[in-house]
Amino acid sequence: MLDPANSGIILRRIRNSNEFVVVTTAAPTFAKAPASPLPAGGICCDLHPGVQSNDVLLPYLEDYWADTVVQRGVHALDTIGYPVNAPLTCRPDWRIAGAKPGTSLERVQADALDTFGLSHAIANCIYGVQLLFSEDMAKAFARAINSWIAAEWLAKEPRLRASIVVPTQSPEFAAEEIDYWAQDKRFVQVLMIVMDEMPLGRRNYWPIYEAAARNGLPVGIHAGSAYKNPVTPVGWPSYLVEDYGAQSLAFQSMTTSLICEGVFQKFPDLKVVFLESGVTWLPAHLWRLTKFWRGMRSEIPWVTEPPWEVARRHIRLSAQPLDLPDGEAAAATLERICEHMRSDEMFLFATDYPHWQYDGMQALPAGLSQDLIRKMMIDNPRATYPRL
Amino acid sequence: MTEPARAREKHVVATLAEMPPGSRKLVTIGTREIALFNIDGEFFAVLDRCPHQKGSLCKGQLIGLVESEEPGRYRFSRPQQIVRCPWHGWEFDLRTGQSRVDPSSIRVRPYAVEVTDGAALKEGPYRAEVFDVAVENQYVVISL
Repeated sequence: MLDPANSGIILRRIRNSNEFVVVTTAAPTFAKAPASPLPAGGICCDLHPGVQSNDVLLPYLEDYWADTVVQRGVHALDTIGYPVNAPLTCRPDWRIAGAKPGTSLERVQADALDTFGLSHAIANCIYGVQLLFSEDMAKAFARAINSWIAAEWLAKEPRLRASIVVPTQSPEFAAEEIDYWAQDKRFVQVLMIVMDEMPLGRRNYWPIYEAAARNGLPVGIHAGSAYKNPVTPVGWPSYLVEDYGAQSLAFQSMTTSLICEGVFQKFPDLKVVFLESGVTWLPAHLWRLTKFWRGMRSEIPWVTEPPWEVARRHIRLSAQPLDLPDGEAAAATLERICEHMRSDEMFLFATDYPHWQYDGMQALPAGLSQDLIRKMMIDNPRATYPRL
Repeated sequence: MTEPARAREKHVVATLAEMPPGSRKLVTIGTREIALFNIDGEFFAVLDRCPHQKGSLCKGQLIGLVESEEPGRYRFSRPQQIVRCPWHGWEFDLRTGQSRVDPSSIRVRPYAVEVTDGAALKEGPYRAEVFDVAVENQYVVISL
């Protein structure tokens, strides 16, 4: 939040002339709000290790694909969702000179694990595997990324856990990838993105949910797009801020899709974790969905209870970004959202490292009850992720 | 001293002849408006007021009971025995008054309906504000 009192630019007119000089009163600063004190031993449910380039994956790619990446000059699978230099992509004090955000284990340890006193953090590698059009190439990249995470991150830092990156282009390949890595207990979740090739409740994706369920893994659904569909329901926006703002619309649509298509009836033990989804849209959307379900439930008779009940049981959300009002109203609003959902078990603490969602230690708003903080940081993650 | 259970009041609301299968009628008993349906020869009556926002169920569409054991599988039974409120589509089981959208907490009041010979009606107490009951006819009777 820009503090206008400290960021002003003043045009001062030079006496007896029509010229102005620009006087900058101060560098922009950010309004300080006291952060909630965080208990030690918290669990961060969304942290992003960065991939510097495909070079780091070469040792983990099958020979053919490693050679192909070099021969074709396949560039890094960074997406327009997180342009490297965009403010959103990395907090200024978390940037690494000469390297992409999140690419240093030492910095993850210092900036996130140590600073926030975390017992665990779940590494969600957001690399554009879902953007590829070849199922086989996606399969190769997913395997390489998971192997790289295991060797370069999990093996070197015992506080880290990870999500399994899967080639959703082929749900069969994705299920194989899940079964393969589920043997490694440091992988605690399956990772998908919210805007893939089709709505995530469609039966096309059910082999992924079946594999997750049989291995006792939640499915994390992260903000992001495979960019195979426009990011708004009526087409492409012009600006990054529109793209990022539209993510919560996609999460609303996927909430609807997962519930209405019957994913939670088919897989009654499945938990889905929305990552970087924002949270305050949730009750309003579920009120709407529940209202219209009442009138149209005979279309989807497998949904035998109000959708908001299904959501309360099966859906969890990481609590960064926190789309709350500024200042003192923030904590009260988050508590109110819990009241609306009749649950304080849905929200999971996240640093969202290295994305720029807040400054300093202000990952949770000031004034939040210690009970809710403890639930978000410790109890809820443990209940959501049996492997933690 | 306990009083004997009060016999339910019987109200003659229609002649059988005017209510063939597939017909429906809004009837008034005192201050109550009641939706009366003949579905394949069986009569059903519910309070004509959706518990949601008081829509008239007598104007609602009749559908079957749609249930499911798993996504994509539909089990269809009891055709026409569910009424949908014309306003927001809430479904009510005409036999029990229970809502299909939230059976544990939402329901509309059902009433017992029977078809009775005029001769039998002549014997017992009944109310028929708008009918002259004839021995040779049959009547639709709602008990309150």
